[in-house]
Amino acid sequence: MNVDSRARMLLTALVALILNVLPLPPWLDVLRPEFLVLTVLYWSVNAPRTGGIALGFFAGLMLDIFQGPVLGQHALALSLVAYIAVREHQRIRSKPVFQQALLVLPALILYEVVLFAIDGWTGHPVTTPLRWVHALTGALIWPLAAPVLAYSAGRLT
Amino acid sequence: MAAFGTGAGRPSGRGGSPGFRFTLFAVLSVITMYLDQRQHYLEQVRYVLQAAAYPIQLAVSSPAAAWRWVKESLQSRQALEAENARLRNLQRDLELRAMRYEALAHENGELRGLREALPPVAERWLPAEIVSVQMNSLRQRMLLNRGAANGVFKGQAVLDDRGLIGQTTHVGPWSADVILITDPEHAVPVRIERTGLRTIAVGAGDASSLALPYLPGNADIKSGDLLVSSGLGGVFPEGYPVARVTEVRRDAVQPLAQVRAAPLAHLDTDSEVMLVWFRADHPAAPAGSTDAGGQLKSGNAAMQSQPAPKRAPAPAAAPTPPATPPAPPPAAAADTPPAATEAAPAQGVQP
Repeated sequence: MNVDSRARMLLTALVALILNVLPLPPWLDVLRPEFLVLTVLYWSVNAPRTGGIALGFFAGLMLDIFQGPVLGQHALALSLVAYIAVREHQRIRSKPVFQQALLVLPALILYEVVLFAIDGWTGHPVTTPLRWVHALTGALIWPLAAPVLAYSAGRLT
Repeated sequence: MAAFGTGAGRPSGRGGSPGFRFTLFAVLSVITMYLDQRQHYLEQVRYVLQAAAYPIQLAVSSPAAAWRWVKESLQSRQALEAENARLRNLQRDLELRAMRYEALAHENGELRGLREALPPVAERWLPAEIVSVQMNSLRQRMLLNRGAANGVFKGQAVLDDRGLIGQTTHVGPWSADVILITDPEHAVPVRIERTGLRTIAVGAGDASSLALPYLPGNADIKSGDLLVSSGLGGVFPEGYPVARVTEVRRDAVQPLAQVRAAPLAHLDTDSEVMLVWFRADHPAAPAGSTDAGGQLKSGNAAMQSQPAPKRAPAPAAAPTPPATPPAPPPAAAADTPPAATEAAPAQGVQP
């Protein structure tokens, strides 16, 4: 079961990464949720021993290669989010999906705040308010994404 | 994707508490950021990761590529014939112009007192296909399907048939990241062709405009002026077209003119671009390309372009043994006084 679930985890992470970097028209790009963050959150909450912080770190590192100004930015943000999700996994897991979405929103906002801060420190000032839209759409899509992820994880049949 | 495998193998159970693991990875991230940002030690790591990412990038761009292929293969015979005729006309046109160019280059060489015309500054070029494009207000980047395996290097100029596109920032084995001249973090040293006034064109974050933020309110510039690369900054050679001025606003309150220019290259519609290698010992070659190229660490020309005018004469004179003896004098003559960019108009008038 362990090997199988790990393979499923890597597969969902890979699909999420592709969805994250798929070229989209600009207006859709603004709305695009951070699929990879949602995937890391899902695995951290539902399988804190399989996924978790290491998954967050390496997924973030891949994201850095695709769109980060500096290596390690997304890695730090994603491992932080994964850490919080792992610590609070019992509290989050027991809630119905819509309440989970309310808890996912602050996690996504925290993720964006970390990215924002590192952007500022490394001299890539970014002031457009549109970057916060990702967090909102991410939370909105969570009730939809969670069952899909659960299905791919083999928890729902 | 090997990174995922090795990392994910450990976290089950014995790796310590989540807090410990988070601290470990956080410290690792911070060290990575520090090394990448400040020390530029991670070129090798980036190279490997870029190689790992390339298949995904190819896969992600494959629908677009497939669509283009289908569109091309379904073109009608008529359309092809029309295009063929158009290209033949264009070629005749260009050949005529090239003939004139040979004569002019020869004449120019004679005027400069050289025995024979100089070879063109571009030594060779390599067409590259655009794999993916990132065009938003924060990042204007593209990924090309050529990399270190084709001899592409960091900080290499990328052009299309109209003008400058940008320069390479990260080079993988089979792919290269390019920062466009319209990226808000990119600045290209330019010269107004009509007046010779030098300044810097900074990306404005959309594919159709550049900003010229360092021109004084009384600078001689007007809408329609052509901007060409000035050869300073160590990446682009002198005299390549960059943009055309579209808007000049002079405000009595503000000391600087607000100038916008539209890039000549078709940044948002190109599907193929050119990577160009330049002759280092050519008078029009990027100034200080041997020396300043090393300092251009992250390809961020904004950090580079301002000190470049002062530094340019020194490396041209002293530490360039590969340059042939007659080359440096024309370089100095062509570039006139190495004045600071903003002060250029005043100094140009006085003598």
